[in-house]
Amino acid sequence: MTVTDKEYETAFGQPLRRKEDAHLITGQTRWVDNLSAPGMLYAAYLRSPMAHAKIRVNTEAAKSYPGVVAVYSAEDFGAAQAVIPDAWTVHPDMKKPVMTPLATDEVRYAGEPIAVVVAETRYQATDALEAIEVDYDPLPAVIDLEAAIGDDSPLVHSSIGTNTCFYIESPGEAYAAAKAQAEADGGVVITRRFLQQRLLPTPMEPRAVLVVPTIDDLTVYASTQIPHVLRLLLAMLTGHPEHKLRVVAPDVGGGFGGKINCLAEEIIGVHLAKRLGRPVKWTETRSENFLQMHHGRAQIQDIELAATREGKLLGLKVDLIADLGAGLRLFTAGVPMFGAAMFNAIYKMDAYQFNCRTVFTTMTPTDAYRGAGRPEATFAIERMMDELAAELGMDPIEVRKKNWIEHHEFPYTTISGSIYDSGNYEAATERAVELFGYDELKAEQKARRERGDRMQLGIGVSTFTEACGLAPSRVMGQLGVGAGGWERAEIRVTLTGKIQVVSGSTPHGQGHWTAWSQLVSDKLGVPFEDVELLAGDTATGPQGMDTYGSRSLVVGGSAIVKACDKVIEKAKRIAAHTLEANPDDLEFAAGVFTVKGSPGPQMAFVEVAAAAQLAHNIPDGMEPSLNSAYTFDPINLSYPHGTHLCCVEIDTETGFTSIYRYACVDDVGTVVNPMIVEGQIHGGLVQGIAQALFEEAVYDEAGNLITGTLVDYLLPSAADVPSFLTDRTETPSTDNPIGAKGVGEAGCIASTPAVVNAIVDALRPYGVNDVRMPCTPERVWRAIQGGQSQSGSVAKGGAQ
Amino acid sequence: MVSINVTVDGRSESHDVEPRLLLVHYLRDVVGKVGTPIGCDTSNCGACTVSFNGQSIKSCSMLAVQADGGDVLTIEGLAGTVETDLHPMQEAFRECHGLQCGYCTPGMIMAACDLLKENPNPSEAEIREGIEGNLCRCTGYHNIVRAVQTAAASMSGTGVSS
Repeated sequence: MTVTDKEYETAFGQPLRRKEDAHLITGQTRWVDNLSAPGMLYAAYLRSPMAHAKIRVNTEAAKSYPGVVAVYSAEDFGAAQAVIPDAWTVHPDMKKPVMTPLATDEVRYAGEPIAVVVAETRYQATDALEAIEVDYDPLPAVIDLEAAIGDDSPLVHSSIGTNTCFYIESPGEAYAAAKAQAEADGGVVITRRFLQQRLLPTPMEPRAVLVVPTIDDLTVYASTQIPHVLRLLLAMLTGHPEHKLRVVAPDVGGGFGGKINCLAEEIIGVHLAKRLGRPVKWTETRSENFLQMHHGRAQIQDIELAATREGKLLGLKVDLIADLGAGLRLFTAGVPMFGAAMFNAIYKMDAYQFNCRTVFTTMTPTDAYRGAGRPEATFAIERMMDELAAELGMDPIEVRKKNWIEHHEFPYTTISGSIYDSGNYEAATERAVELFGYDELKAEQKARRERGDRMQLGIGVSTFTEACGLAPSRVMGQLGVGAGGWERAEIRVTLTGKIQVVSGSTPHGQGHWTAWSQLVSDKLGVPFEDVELLAGDTATGPQGMDTYGSRSLVVGGSAIVKACDKVIEKAKRIAAHTLEANPDDLEFAAGVFTVKGSPGPQMAFVEVAAAAQLAHNIPDGMEPSLNSAYTFDPINLSYPHGTHLCCVEIDTETGFTSIYRYACVDDVGTVVNPMIVEGQIHGGLVQGIAQALFEEAVYDEAGNLITGTLVDYLLPSAADVPSFLTDRTETPSTDNPIGAKGVGEAGCIASTPAVVNAIVDALRPYGVNDVRMPCTPERVWRAIQGGQSQSGSVAKGGAQ
Repeated sequence: MVSINVTVDGRSESHDVEPRLLLVHYLRDVVGKVGTPIGCDTSNCGACTVSFNGQSIKSCSMLAVQADGGDVLTIEGLAGTVETDLHPMQEAFRECHGLQCGYCTPGMIMAACDLLKENPNPSEAEIREGIEGNLCRCTGYHNIVRAVQTAAASMSGTGVSS
């Protein structure tokens, strides 16, 4: 048999249309709320309307409501209820106050679950909530981060005697010396305070959980990013044996970090199904989602930067106060620390000091939201670089060039100890400047300024990098994360040569099915259409570390490539046996084994697949299967980077700001599907722009979330954002077999400072050197008028 | 309970429903048309958009009893039963990568079809304004806009109507 068709060699790197789409565009979906099971009941939760109070709960009246099967509060479960888990011990002395799925005696944030009703229908469950009696004995809300640190502040958790979870201080001598040098040599020291407002992750699908019990097994259908982690946690927390607990993440409608937790409703869902012996489903409303899904960002950043008169960085000092909210979720405490190594970004400097205080408040707990620590760090340093340029009268790109790691200096160990494997900041910046029309827009800006136009332009720069591809296990262990960083893949080969990929990395919109098919098609030379993905189900893929931190391709994809290598090794032995050749003399390309240097006999992969399973004639002692698995644990994180340029147009009479042009060039290493990569960038850009311009979770003094619905929380619509100019450079990672660097969070990390830098650039003639996010028309207008921001704490930056 | 008769995706449905039942809950929980999802509780997100008597509506902002005697078209009725029968708007969303997680997609497609019915050749700005009642958190809208443009071109070229 002669096989000459090489069309599938090119699957890798092509913008192939997604396999996922057919069922999504026709409504043939399997969201958790679409699923039902015979005898299924519905759960609804009573949530605290108060931020902080002692509670006494009486559920009796609710039990006689129509259709109600059961009503429970914390006391009905006792200690068996278990606790809300955390998984990141950042510091050995950190405080870990205990919280329970249903509040025990005290509520600590508005929205905290107090009781659950289980009824025959959705509406009946909700109706009965009104009959639950709760006496609230109010306690003081703790909303202001800085006040919460004070000795006289009311406590969120009286049991720990403080609102500080941990305080970490790094040695300050080197920075003090750098600062002294800057001051002595006529250099500059710039200080700013930036506020990272609270954000709501807002995946379009709210969370939902359906727990189906059988005799001694449980199946949990959850809208989650972490089916494997969730199975482990639910087993540990509820005592249900892990091997008899199956977690399925069917179609999952977005996550953005918001679905990496194990929350009250999942733990209680297991209890309910086991107690009642019937399937129980809970689906949250958007208003519940805003109160109960963890929030993101929420930091105060005091930044000080010392540089020479020529614009060379000498040192950087970061004092962070991070708002943890009411308690610890899985990665709450680690988010600010994940950013700790990223403030120095792509720049060379001699001194870096990082101090961090994390604080409990009576607000919804915070945790990872798209970027998790790195957007905050990137914002701070990229804002500071533009401030440095302005202070010195330099071009913001020029000041970056003076300080960034040059492409010939990789691998490079940064001042914070990270090892960047590869990058080319020069190439990405050069291309971005061209794509953006930097000089042309500078000229237009100048002309408008000279004419005194009402509509003014501002140009902002962001040359970001980030650390992602979450792994390696050893590093995660050193950082105190209670999880490994590997990923697992299994390649199953059927007799007819079709491939099932079992991936521990579970998708929720990223396009795994398509990209994984491209990887396998490229490696094994099988048609793209012949590859199927099995993911998001612990029954078919029992091992996995799931999806977050832009890790799927970098870690999970690498596991697939390595598993394919094992398949090829096995196949080669069978092919050699059949072709009566030495395995070392065989070559494998485009799905065909040939003997090196010989035009003679060949054997196609599909023939080997059949031979392996028939096992009529395979080498002695060989197992009759090509199936192979690999668990990949990389040696390093990955470091995508890019240059983002934003031009805003501001109506100086109203403060209304729109994006006039946005161009970015991202380097995410080797690309498997450029269409998917570009889509990830687009979505990230808008989430980052949304932080800059639109979104903020606002609490009042009593601790009520006053942006508690999509009416008040301004998620951008299509009319609020522009189309984008995007391009890529490709500098492969040297730390994984694909060369990929991760793309899921890049756009969101890079765009926020580009937008705010552009706004500040437009307003510099008015004496403005900062505008607090989100830069609403009112805040921009007030900045133009020379007014202070609403909080009074950061209107024009610390240097004013 | 109130008796209602509604045509859903071409099939006649008769049910006794509570007067307070939302149309979207009727479609999902009673008729079984779970292809139309729910993304919010304030009629902001548009995920539940369906066509009612030929006009796009948010099915969370209407009661099932108000739909009595009416004709509802959901995403599940937009295409034929095989992939080759996709509506040009569905095809354009796939071709232009106008979806990622896909949760907003049914509503987005239904709203975009309605937009093109009113304005078969919209500008980019008109598309953006036209779908601003439908929120997407994944795509940044860039490729959704391209998809609507592509569908508009394809539908005006072939004479296919929504």
